[in-house]
Amino acid sequence: MADQLSAGIVAGRLSPEELEANFADLHPRLSDHEALVASDRCYFCHDAPCITACPTDIDIPLFIRQIATGTPEAAAKTILSQNILGGMCARVCPTETLCEEACVREAAEGKPVKIGQLQRYATDTLMAAGIHPFSRAAPTGRRIAVVGAGPAGLACAHRLAMKGHDVDILDAREKPGGLNEFGIAAYKTVDGFAQAEVDWLMQIGGITWKPGQMLGRDVTLEALKGAYDAVFLGLGLAGVNALGVEGDDRKGVLDAVDFIADLRQGDLSGLSVGRDVVVIGGGMTAVDAAVQAKLLGALNVTLVYRRSRARMNASVFEQDLAASKGVRIICNAQPVAVHGNGAVREIEFAYVDDDLKETGETVRLAADQVFRAIGQSLEFDGLAMDGRKIAVTGAGRTSMDGVWAGGDCAAGGDDLTVTAVAEGRDAAEDIHATLGAG
Amino acid sequence: MADLTSDFLGIKSPNPFWLASAPPTDKEYNVRRAFEAGWGGVVWKTLGLDPHIVNVNGPRYGAIWGADRRLLGLNNIELITDRPLEVNLQEIKMVKRDYPDRAMVVSLMVPCEEAPWRFILEKVEDTGADAVELNFGCPHGMSERGMGSAVGQVPEYIEMVTRWAKANTRMPVIVKLTPNITDIRKPAAAAKAGGADAVSLINTINSITSVNLDLFAPEPTIDGKGAHGGYCGPAVKPIALNMVAEIARDADLVGLPVSGIGGITTWRDAAEFMALGAGNVQVCTAAMTYGFKIVQEMISGLSEYMDEKGFSSVNEIVGRAVPNCSDWQHLNLNYVAKAKIDQELCIKCGRCYAACEDTSHQAIAMSDDRVFSVKDDECVACNLCVNVCPVEDCITMEAMTPGQTDPRTGRVVEPDYANWTTHPNNPAAEAAE
Repeated sequence: MADQLSAGIVAGRLSPEELEANFADLHPRLSDHEALVASDRCYFCHDAPCITACPTDIDIPLFIRQIATGTPEAAAKTILSQNILGGMCARVCPTETLCEEACVREAAEGKPVKIGQLQRYATDTLMAAGIHPFSRAAPTGRRIAVVGAGPAGLACAHRLAMKGHDVDILDAREKPGGLNEFGIAAYKTVDGFAQAEVDWLMQIGGITWKPGQMLGRDVTLEALKGAYDAVFLGLGLAGVNALGVEGDDRKGVLDAVDFIADLRQGDLSGLSVGRDVVVIGGGMTAVDAAVQAKLLGALNVTLVYRRSRARMNASVFEQDLAASKGVRIICNAQPVAVHGNGAVREIEFAYVDDDLKETGETVRLAADQVFRAIGQSLEFDGLAMDGRKIAVTGAGRTSMDGVWAGGDCAAGGDDLTVTAVAEGRDAAEDIHATLGAG
Repeated sequence: MADLTSDFLGIKSPNPFWLASAPPTDKEYNVRRAFEAGWGGVVWKTLGLDPHIVNVNGPRYGAIWGADRRLLGLNNIELITDRPLEVNLQEIKMVKRDYPDRAMVVSLMVPCEEAPWRFILEKVEDTGADAVELNFGCPHGMSERGMGSAVGQVPEYIEMVTRWAKANTRMPVIVKLTPNITDIRKPAAAAKAGGADAVSLINTINSITSVNLDLFAPEPTIDGKGAHGGYCGPAVKPIALNMVAEIARDADLVGLPVSGIGGITTWRDAAEFMALGAGNVQVCTAAMTYGFKIVQEMISGLSEYMDEKGFSSVNEIVGRAVPNCSDWQHLNLNYVAKAKIDQELCIKCGRCYAACEDTSHQAIAMSDDRVFSVKDDECVACNLCVNVCPVEDCITMEAMTPGQTDPRTGRVVEPDYANWTTHPNNPAAEAAE
């Protein structure tokens, strides 16, 4: 029987009860009374700053007033009409750097209205009631291929279906959801919410789910262009950047995204984790991997980021969450070598300044498991690129007529769920307008 | 600690906080707890003739709430005491015997004939109570039987019954007034004419607190039906304050002692009633919401306030604001103020802008970066922005100095007082000297 002190990468470090407690809902849904109290704090600002801060422009004061007056379903419709994945965004949005940062009560007293949790209250209420508040326009006879069933693709597909188009949504995986299903910490989306949300979204009708269809492997962009009136690419970023240091290929050096996907799909008590885990990176994925390694029972988890704390992509809330769970955060250190005999035993870092200039000192951390979370890249060609992403203009138009792109695979915007939703939605509107004009 | 001793109609109590005639003073058990908690006096819940009345066996109260379910207004359809007269009288006697330093006033309501009044007054006098309060206020149930507010709405009845009471007891007589009338001065004057030693006000206001939109019935609902009740609690305080002030500043009623009632929840509320002329105050809803312990805050709060002001007696508060209660026509029209927004305090919510732009005088400007500023050439100093601003003291009304030019009217602010009675736009204006 393994425990936290067991060396190596093993399963079952914690009891099933401990695992269940560790992976419980991070922010349980507000009760009715909590929601009323929280909604009462909203000032119903004129031309509210929170709306401006929301990438999907949700009318936040209106939906909060609708909650306050006892109509959470109406509130949900206000949310979902702008952001069809409002339920997931309520769970994963870094609200502390978006709507809640802009909330005037944050300025006034450092305690913003709980916009994210209120959004969840509203959308959960509607979904629990089994209501899908949108219906399709008359059929247009147009067919559109959406490649990638992540947030961008789902948002695009739903909006197109609502406009009366027929949508095929293709994905390399066997389950839809993209990063919602495979890439977000388990405690942010418990009880199979990602799949429930997709099922609910599909109730609009007119969307056909085509699993196991990978662009470049099972289908080509040329073929899609020929078979459909328009194509939307919401591919995400499949490739994981390598460390590019000696020993990078040692056993135990893994991609954080794969670890997170395994966590979401597998049985937690059967999942292996190291005793001494090191996560390299400073974004949300790095934090999600580090925190979950700790929650799985790793004894020591260290997150190492090459620049200063202030430049971490992970929000302060995420950093504090990691610290509260016992993750040690080391900044200004970049990996120079992975040591070991076959499997990793230590990882060596050089201390660097903010311009990544080495100070000349190094440090070695014991590690039996190392997770890479230093960014992902797109493995794709055939369209004009902007750096390592697909170049787009306007509402996601690529260099090829009839092909749009959005979400993480498209250049510009933060790589956030909510940004992907906005881009998918806006591309759908543009596709609709373009097809209408044609 | 200031001296809070109160003397109302010669009735001494250690503080001016009495519990009003209501459920909290219905029986010995409650009243003993109230006195132990520190209340200065009670008005015992209204006694009537036997056979005692009955109450409904469903909900008696309805409420409205603010944020976090803070109770703002309470409505009730409870009637007078539903216990035998003798039981109440015995209990009153025992409690008064054990708490001789506290005020014990007994509320009464019997039919409009002299005999029952004489009968019950004799009984009460035997208890050693300090005074009686004639309940001419309750607006529900008893009024359907020709008592309570049915008497209080007819000045002639008030005067008649008050006269009977005065003729049949040596105890001071307080007349409790209903607010469900058009001019509170008329029933007060009737009480005074009948010989009342004081009036107490307000009793509860006719009300339906809410409608159940599934049953389509008023709340509280008894087997699918609802009856109007009497409204009280913090929401009625402004109405009560005005009625107290109306009496205090009426030339014919000057000197008529008033016991203030209506939504008093804190020491500050109490002090405000007293400043408008109430000699003491009576509390009900606040006790029913939070329990008797609130009196400790009322005692400490009033004491601290008096110490700060250097008042040695509560009588120094009583009536102190009455000279400043004016008719509109006597307000100074030469006083000119402008709203001023403190940019340091402003949190940029824009509520002042929405309120002024949509519903008032378009006197607040909003810049692209959400800086809100007052347009002095449009501002009429209405105060709406102050009232809707969520930040206290962020927006203030600043008086203009005489000699300055009001950018809205282009007129120089005059140093002298001038009111509507002499204004050129007033067809009935008196010629200035």
